[in-house]
Amino acid sequence: MIWRASGFRAWLLQRLSAVYMALFISMFVLHLVLDAPSSYQEWRDWMALPFIAVTTSLFFAALLIHAWVGLRDVIMDYVHPLGVRFVLLALVAAGLLAMGLWVLRILMMGGAA
Amino acid sequence: MINKMAKNIKRPIFMDLLRIRMPVVAVLSFAHRVTGVMLCLLIPLLIYLLDLSLRDAQGYAEALTILASPPVKFMAVILLWGFSHHLLAGIRFLLIDADIGVERDSARRSAWIINIGGLIVPIIALVVLL
Repeated sequence: MIWRASGFRAWLLQRLSAVYMALFISMFVLHLVLDAPSSYQEWRDWMALPFIAVTTSLFFAALLIHAWVGLRDVIMDYVHPLGVRFVLLALVAAGLLAMGLWVLRILMMGGAA
Repeated sequence: MINKMAKNIKRPIFMDLLRIRMPVVAVLSFAHRVTGVMLCLLIPLLIYLLDLSLRDAQGYAEALTILASPPVKFMAVILLWGFSHHLLAGIRFLLIDADIGVERDSARRSAWIINIGGLIVPIIALVVLL
């Protein structure tokens, strides 16, 4: 079907994640400009707010998906030997997955504290 | 039809890089890829700083010290070019998806604006930092 084989899903994910990240980064930078945290306590409390914790988690999810689609496109365009391409894609996937788990742990610990 | 396809198979495969024309739109597209890969390399650093800053008061101070150190500031200026260009070119691609600015002339004009505008943002930042 179109959905599975044509790359439409990747195309759509790339754009949805891009729009979300642009909005989140605007919000984040605006906060830093208008009301920058002046201490560790303030910074931690702000990051622990449910709205911020959830939107930040979504930001990293969008970032990692966006990075995956983009790097996959670049690798598939320039790396032609199938073995090398497979190894590279596997390394990128493992790296991004590890980063996702790392962020999850950071944000969960922040919420619990 | 078949004759035409046969001719196309003989397209040049080893192209002379010095003689390939690089129109402004191609420069934008290529820069979008380069900056994208560049920003990917930033992700682990970003997560590391987040981790450090949320760990405890000492980690928070450490993260701020790292951000304020000259080599990091210098790197940040280059990354700011990458980010500005990637964001602006991305918005341009979204607009083109929405059928805005597809025409050759306007597509070229916006590509010029973004290639140059992406450089102006970090220059402004540099001026502010210094």
